[in-house]
This record gives sequence, C-alpha cells and structure tokens, in this order.
Amino acid sequence: MRHIISVILENEAGALSRVAGLFTQRGFNIESLTVAITNDPSLSRMTIVSSGSDRVLEQIVKQLNKLIEVVKVSDLTSQDHVERELLLAKISSNSKEGANIQELVEIFGCKVVDVTDKVYTIEVSGKSKKINAFLDAFDPASIIEVTRTGVTGISRGKKLI
Amino acid sequence: MKLNGAEILIDCLQKEEVEHVFGYPGGAVLHIYDALEAQDKITHILVRHEQGAAHGADGYARANGKPGVVLVTSGPGITNAVTGIATAHMDSIPMVIISGQVPSPLIGMDAFQEVDATGITRSCVKHNFLIRDISEIAMTVKKAFHIATTGRPGPVVIDIPKDITIAKMEVEEYPTTIEMRSYKPTIKASDRQIKKAAEMLANSKRPILYAGGGCVIGNASKELREFTRMVGFPITQTLMGLGTYPMTDKQSLGMLGMHGTYEANMAMHGSDCVVAIGSRFDDRITGNLEKFCPTAKFIHIDIDPSQISKNVVAHIPIVGQTKQVLQALIDQMKDKKLEDISKWWSQIEEWRKVDSLAYKKSSGVIKPQTVIEMLYEVTKGKAIVTSDVGQHQMWAAQYYLFDEPRQWINSGGLGTMGFGLPAAMGAKLAMPDRDVACVTGDGSIQMMLQELSTMLQYSTPVKIINLNNGYLGMVRQWQEFFYEKRYAMSYMDALPDFVKLAESYGHMGIRVEKEEDLKPALIEAFNQKDRTVFLDIVTDPSENVFPMIPAGGGHSDMLLAGRDEMVSKDETDFNAV
Ligand SMILES: Cc1ncc(C[n+]2csc(CCOP(=O)(O)OP(=O)(O)O)c2C)c(N)n1
Ligand SMILES: [Mg+2]
Repeated sequence: MRHIISVILENEAGALSRVAGLFTQRGFNIESLTVAITNDPSLSRMTIVSSGSDRVLEQIVKQLNKLIEVVKVSDLTSQDHVERELLLAKISSNSKEGANIQELVEIFGCKVVDVTDKVYTIEVSGKSKKINAFLDAFDPASIIEVTRTGVTGISRGKKLI
Repeated sequence: MKLNGAEILIDCLQKEEVEHVFGYPGGAVLHIYDALEAQDKITHILVRHEQGAAHGADGYARANGKPGVVLVTSGPGITNAVTGIATAHMDSIPMVIISGQVPSPLIGMDAFQEVDATGITRSCVKHNFLIRDISEIAMTVKKAFHIATTGRPGPVVIDIPKDITIAKMEVEEYPTTIEMRSYKPTIKASDRQIKKAAEMLANSKRPILYAGGGCVIGNASKELREFTRMVGFPITQTLMGLGTYPMTDKQSLGMLGMHGTYEANMAMHGSDCVVAIGSRFDDRITGNLEKFCPTAKFIHIDIDPSQISKNVVAHIPIVGQTKQVLQALIDQMKDKKLEDISKWWSQIEEWRKVDSLAYKKSSGVIKPQTVIEMLYEVTKGKAIVTSDVGQHQMWAAQYYLFDEPRQWINSGGLGTMGFGLPAAMGAKLAMPDRDVACVTGDGSIQMMLQELSTMLQYSTPVKIINLNNGYLGMVRQWQEFFYEKRYAMSYMDALPDFVKLAESYGHMGIRVEKEEDLKPALIEAFNQKDRTVFLDIVTDPSENVFPMIPAGGGHSDMLLAGRDEMVSKDETDFNAV
C-alpha cells in the first residue's frame, strides 16, 4: 500500500543524505521525496511517498525515528489529510492538444505560465492522480518536457504532525 | 584564554574523562597529536593499523563499559578504521572516533588523503559529524559522547578538518548537560505493558527467557539473575549475552541458535512463551523463521523500538532499558502465583541428557574442545576471553562457561576476523588486573598480527590461544557439509612459525602438539604475569562444531556430533507438557 510519510528534521547538512541512505541501505521503496525548510528555519520538513506491507511501513517509521536528526515522523495516510503535487510541463503548441490548450486548462483548473511561438508552459497542481490524468490527456509526442515535485502533504484541521 | 581547535578538542576529551585513546597519526591530525603530547591525563596507544585502533577501543569499551576513543588521520586512516567501526556498530558498542579531514577549503577538491568520511561511515555508525567551525567543537564532542553512550549505544564519528584544529578562539565552558530535541532515547517502559507481560508470564506453562547482548550493555545482569531465580524459568543466552546469567547455574541451558545446545534450542521450539531480553532475533538465532518457535507467544524487551517486530512479531513489546524493565517485572511478579512448570523442567532435563556438547577424544590429536575446557580449568573460569571468528569462536562460546557479564568479548554481529587480538589488548588496558585470553585461529590471527608490536610497547600481557587446525576451519566445515567436501581455498598452506613470530615481536611462544603438554603450557603461560604468551596449539583439523542447525533448518533440526542423520524431535507433543 502507498503511504505518505511526513518527517520533521533538523535543517542540517547531511540530514537529507541520511534519510535517502536509509532507504537504499534497508531496501525500502521510495516513490518520491520532497524537502524544504519550515516556518522554523532550524527545521526542515520532508514528505516521502513509499509503499510496502504494514510490517515494512512500521520499520520505515521506526528507522526514520532512530535517525539522530529526525525530530518527528508521522504517517499521513492513516489520517485525514490534504496532499498535493505540482507539475510544470512544456507542451508543443503545434500539436492537436496544443490547439485546444485553453479547453484542457479549464477542465483541469491549471495555468499557462509561459507562452512562446512553439511552446506552452503549464502549471498543474493537485493530487498525483490528477496530474497523471492531465498528462494522459496529451499525445506523448506533444509533451516536450515535464518536471514534477513529488507529493507533499499535511493533515487537516487542528491536528499537527 | 585562547586555545586552538586541537587543544580545545583534547580539553573536551579530558572533560569526558577519557583515559585512553587508540590511534595513529598522519598529516590531518598532527595538530591534535601536538596537543595530546602537551598533556598527561590521556594515554595514547599507538597501534600498528587503524583497524587495530578501532578493535582495541571496542574491546576496551566491552570490558569496562566506558566509551572507547579512537583517533585517526584522514583518507586511509579513516578507511582502515571502517571495519572496526562497523564491528562496533553491529554489536552496539559505545565509541567515539575522531578522524582528521583535509582543510575545509580543500574539501571536495580531491585533495591529498581526502575521503568523504561522513559519507563512508554513515551506514555503520550511530551518528556522525563533520565539524565546520571551531566554535562547534565542544558541543559536538558533548553530543558525540551523549549519543554514543545512551539509548542503544553505538559508534559516533567526528570528522574534523585540519584548519579547524589550528584556528584559535576564546575557550568557553565545556557544557555539562545536553538537551537534543531530536534525540530522546526512550527510557521508561510502559507500566501497562509490564503488567500485561507479568500476566502472560504467570500463566505460561512452558516459558523460556532468551537473554542477549542488551543485558550486558545495559548492565542488567543483577536484575536478570534476580528475576530468573525468582520465577524459576529456564534461561538461554545468545552469543552476545553469554555470562550475563551464570552459565554454570542449573537454570541455564547454555547458548541457543545455530551452534546452540540441544536443550536450549528444543526448549525454544517447545515454549509457549519466549521472553526476549535485549536480544534481537538475529538469523543465527532463529534459523528458518517459518519453523521458529511454532507454539510461542513473544514478549520482547528492547531499548530500540526498531528491533521490535522486525524479524518476529512481538505479542507484548516493551521498549525500555533491560535493567529497569527487569526490575519492574520483579516488582510486578513478586507476589504473583505462577503456573507449575515442573513438567516443563523434566522435559528439559530429558533434553539435557542428550549431552549435545559431548565429543569423542582420539589419541594423537588435541581436540579443540579440550583446549577450551582446560583453559577454563587453568583460569578457574575467571579470565576475560576474547575471540576471533570461526570454529574456535564457537568452541570458546560453548565450552568456557562464563559466569559474569563482560567476560566474553567477541564480534557477534559482523563476525570480523582479526577482532580478537586488538580487542584483548583493549580489554587488558581496561582491566589490567584480570587475566585476558584471546582464543583465535590460524586464519584470524594473521589478520591483525601487527598489534603484537603494540602489545609489547604498552605491556599488555595477554595469552593467545591459537587453535591451529591449518584450515579456515569454519569454511572447511561448511564445504564438508554443503559442498560435497570440495575444499575451495579453506586450506592454509605455508603458515608461519608462530613461536618464532611471537619471539620476534619480543613475546614468548610455545608450541603444543601433544595433549599431555597442553595443561603445563597453559599453566606456564598464565604464570607469566607480565608477558604476552603465544600458545600455538595444533588441533584436530577435521573437527567440526556441533550441534549445528543447517541453513533452512528450525530449532528442532539439529545435527549432533557423532550422529549421521538429523535429530528431529518435532513430533514431541509439547502441549502435553
Ligand atoms: C574479515 C573476514 N573475512 C572472512 C570471513 C569469513 N570467515 C568466517 S570464519 C572463517 C575461517 C576462520 O579461520 P580460522 O581463524 O583459522 O578459525 P577456525 O574456523 O579454523 O577455528 C572465515 C574465512 C570473516 N568472518 N571475516
Ligand atoms: Mg583455523
């Protein structure tokens, strides 16, 4: 099963490689990993998407907790939460879909952030599923380049990590 | 007062009450050596190879419980130490390793003797640090010792660039306490879990205690003894736990696992309640997990939550220090009425009668088991025994009946050949009044021989018991059993004359070829209080370690000495007990 794990860790050089190293060292699966500073500049927040059995997930959480620089770990999947991913994609304006770009933008509620004579650059945010669906709407040949941030997430309401 | 980084570092080590540092100099640490030379509180042990420094500090830490300290230079200095660091990591030994690094501006430039020390050691340390500024030194050292010695202990590396050791700053007070928001090792176990465990224990009909290295490291031996005697349960110990409960006691079933006793493994197999105390269900313990303890419920006591339910799912997990949890269990169970387990004990006594450690003597060759038995006799069971890795290690574990924790020192987790000799040197430095024996093999001893030189320089008289079978015996045994006797590279041709070798290092050497010479030689060796003596004992090259659970086997699938087929007692109706 797919899990979204939030990790709060000391904003220190080397902390990221410790987490990444842990996943390869123990053979844990990693689908995506995002990291950035939090409102407290001494802390970073990482969101990891992984999958595995309950036993494996239990180990992932425990092993993450064991890292000295990790302050808190929480499996968002088990809680009411919001998850988002951001996509930037360059679409050829000469393609069929390129011609209908305005329509797709409306359907997916996304934005055209740059236009040149040959290329539209589009920004989409939402659940990963939505981003997949957006990309599926194009003929692969018309997609010139994409970059995805990977999932980030946060629990809903009053509950904190 | 202004001090340079090296002086600050040494000052911090003094504040941590470090008495011995095992190390080897080089360009990146010369300022540190200069500062070491200027003081006399810390004794530096100049090893002959950085791996020897790490094992030496490790043996020191295992013998007296204090953190071992290592100092090595950048590049090859730290890479040479890695095997020793990994060895300590696998067995949760508190150590602080200081490695020099190239000057900060050169980091990343492929400078002379530059390696990414924190990168290389990351997966085999509890934590590591790269110091970036002189102002970080004191806090980093404080944190390093704190992390190394608390919770589940382990090695911590501090990598310090050379320019920082010569920079100067106004010294600040060394911090006396430390608070880390990201590191709070769990200490107090949950009362609810303790109560549940006590309930389950009181109601079990076929209980067994399975104690590991966590009882040694956690200094829980006293509580373990009290608890075990109070409840009257059988107890088995892992290779790492030997001695934490006296092996000569009648409740002790000896070691369990791949080369464990028949009674220990059969009791695990038949138990309805296994209490793991500071042990981690390692694969050498469990054998085939599918066949492991088919009728048992598990209570798992460990300070490291990640050990719980990693290999075997615990019914009652208890996260906490072995010492405190055992004390809590004693309090909880004092007035509890327990099930009558006399039938369980009589079944165990039946298994004991199999006498699985019996071996046949044959004339003309010395049996390795006899050597260990005689070592036990001559040292009255009181020596600190270190070992290398191989058959000799298993025989030492099986036939020297350890009655005290920290008496048995070996590389259990990583299985590092070469560990024994430097570890013995470290143990002797930590415990100068104790007899220290290093049980080793003709293969292993050659991996760290150079430390004989260090041992002369610092007068650390240990007795080396070399079980010389002319083979990488453990490899040979596997090839005999599982590779149709194709002995690929397990025969050691061209062994040195160990007696001359010992003598050339300034020690005493004695070769023993006949059994009647064995005891006098051992007595002579231990009479030489101030000298390291190398006993080169020619042992039966064809001897194998029994009992043995072959790969894929469960605890009831043991090969016993002198019997061709597997002894499987799986049909025993345990529920009848
Ligand atoms: C550094 C290292 N390399 C290889 C091994 C694999 N290994 C385990 S036991 C063994 C043989 C040890 O031979 P010896 O020291 O003579 O002991 P014996 O088994 O003969 O008693 C080997 C090669 C190891 N444990 N450590
Ligand atoms: Mg050998």
